[in-house]
Amino acid sequence: MINAKELMQPHRIVMMLVFAALVIWCAVSLRWDWIPKYAPLALEGLWATVWILAVSTFLGFLLAVPLGLAQAVGPWYLSIPARTFCTIIRGTPLLLQIWLLYYGLGSLFPQFPWIRSSELWPYLRQAWPYAVLALTLSYAGYEGEVMRGAFSGVAKGQLEAAKSFGMPRFTMFRRIWLPQAVRNVLPTLGGETILQLKATPLVATITVVEIYAVSSRVRADTFIVYEPLLLLAVVYMAIAGVIALAFRRFEAGAPQRR
Amino acid sequence: MTGLLEVLGLGASAELLSLSGWGGNLLRGLANSLQIAFGAFGLGLVIGLFGAYGKLYGGKVTRDLLAIYTTVIRAVPELVLILILYYVGSDIINKISEALGGGRVEINGVAAGIWVLGVVQGAYATEVLRGAIQAVPVGQIEAAKSYGMPAFMIMRRVTIPAMMSFAVPGLANLWLIATKDTALLAVVGFNELTLETRQAASSTRAYFTFFLAAGFLYLMVTLCSGAVFARIEKWARRGQPSLKGGTA
Repeated sequence: MINAKELMQPHRIVMMLVFAALVIWCAVSLRWDWIPKYAPLALEGLWATVWILAVSTFLGFLLAVPLGLAQAVGPWYLSIPARTFCTIIRGTPLLLQIWLLYYGLGSLFPQFPWIRSSELWPYLRQAWPYAVLALTLSYAGYEGEVMRGAFSGVAKGQLEAAKSFGMPRFTMFRRIWLPQAVRNVLPTLGGETILQLKATPLVATITVVEIYAVSSRVRADTFIVYEPLLLLAVVYMAIAGVIALAFRRFEAGAPQRR
Repeated sequence: MTGLLEVLGLGASAELLSLSGWGGNLLRGLANSLQIAFGAFGLGLVIGLFGAYGKLYGGKVTRDLLAIYTTVIRAVPELVLILILYYVGSDIINKISEALGGGRVEINGVAAGIWVLGVVQGAYATEVLRGAIQAVPVGQIEAAKSYGMPAFMIMRRVTIPAMMSFAVPGLANLWLIATKDTALLAVVGFNELTLETRQAASSTRAYFTFFLAAGFLYLMVTLCSGAVFARIEKWARRGQPSLKGGTA
């Protein structure tokens, strides 16, 4: 971590004073009177961003494990589809994927009466299932590639040792292979999770109300351009900081021999 | 050809995608996207080169300012940055134009896209190039210095050629990000591939046809650039021992 002595160099103190002056100038001379009116909506939006991020990274990671395993050690009939999936997801823009799922599936589903009469229909008419699905698939595609490297990076001797103890294959996977693979790519996963955070505002384009959509609403209602965007940038930086800190905790918790 | 498409039930799709119809629009969008991606990648490289040198050899203040630039750009979503930079850029240009006595200026979409994505790319390029420059053995640069080469010549003759092989994989990644980030400009209303696709899809109601076609175009760009960058990397690594042992 940064120590106080490093922070207290003369030029840094000057820069911090300039920064503080800038913040005070922003607080005093820019318009913030819209905040109280939009605060409840902003909190709702913040919550939406956080849960969409959490759910899509969790499900995406669950999907990425088999994708990585199939590419690393799977037979060709599993590894080729997995590799194709990862290439397609990584080779096309996420915005296009979101729109394909939302507008494409959204225009396809109502044509089938049995879908319209099913229990799921009230959910399928909303935007968030498509948003979560698109973000989950995207995270799985990128992480599948990361996990492929992670699984093939675990030392062979570890797996052979487990086998020689007579460990069943699933126990071996759960106790030896997966933990070591995940531990080796924890820093990468942290970076990818921040990338996923930066992808969440795209779902605002399909009418999901998250924090970015709230700022757009403020801009459209009040014609105030810079203030909501600056605040939004600060909010995203704060969330990114929390993710980075959380992953640093995870990394510190995992025993490392380097 | 036509018969085959009819058999597969794709006759209607082929007609929709014909070059005289919406297919032409899609290709025009692709051309716009590629133009913006090229420009942004180039601008990003220039910013990145200066940024990397500033981070490595600059004074304390330069270094801290560059650290703030790269950290902030990489922590804030591209979409938010695009909006901020777009409004800031058009405000500045209009202020200048008013100061010079002109009226409001209509901003060229391609130029705005290049400026916005270039600044974003610059932050990532700074980090890629900084890492690559650091990977050049210090002895090589010291040898060049001891021959009395001026700083710019060292950069041109020693540092840049020697760092190329380390920088190319990262730059290839950046180029792919640039092509995919052009899609974000659709949100600000530039007529690049994704927005053209959406317009075509919503006016014909053939969502799957157009979105899949656009996805195919993006995928082709990705795969072709992959092949091109593999050749560039091979060229940049010429004469170096390959990782698998033996000489390439």
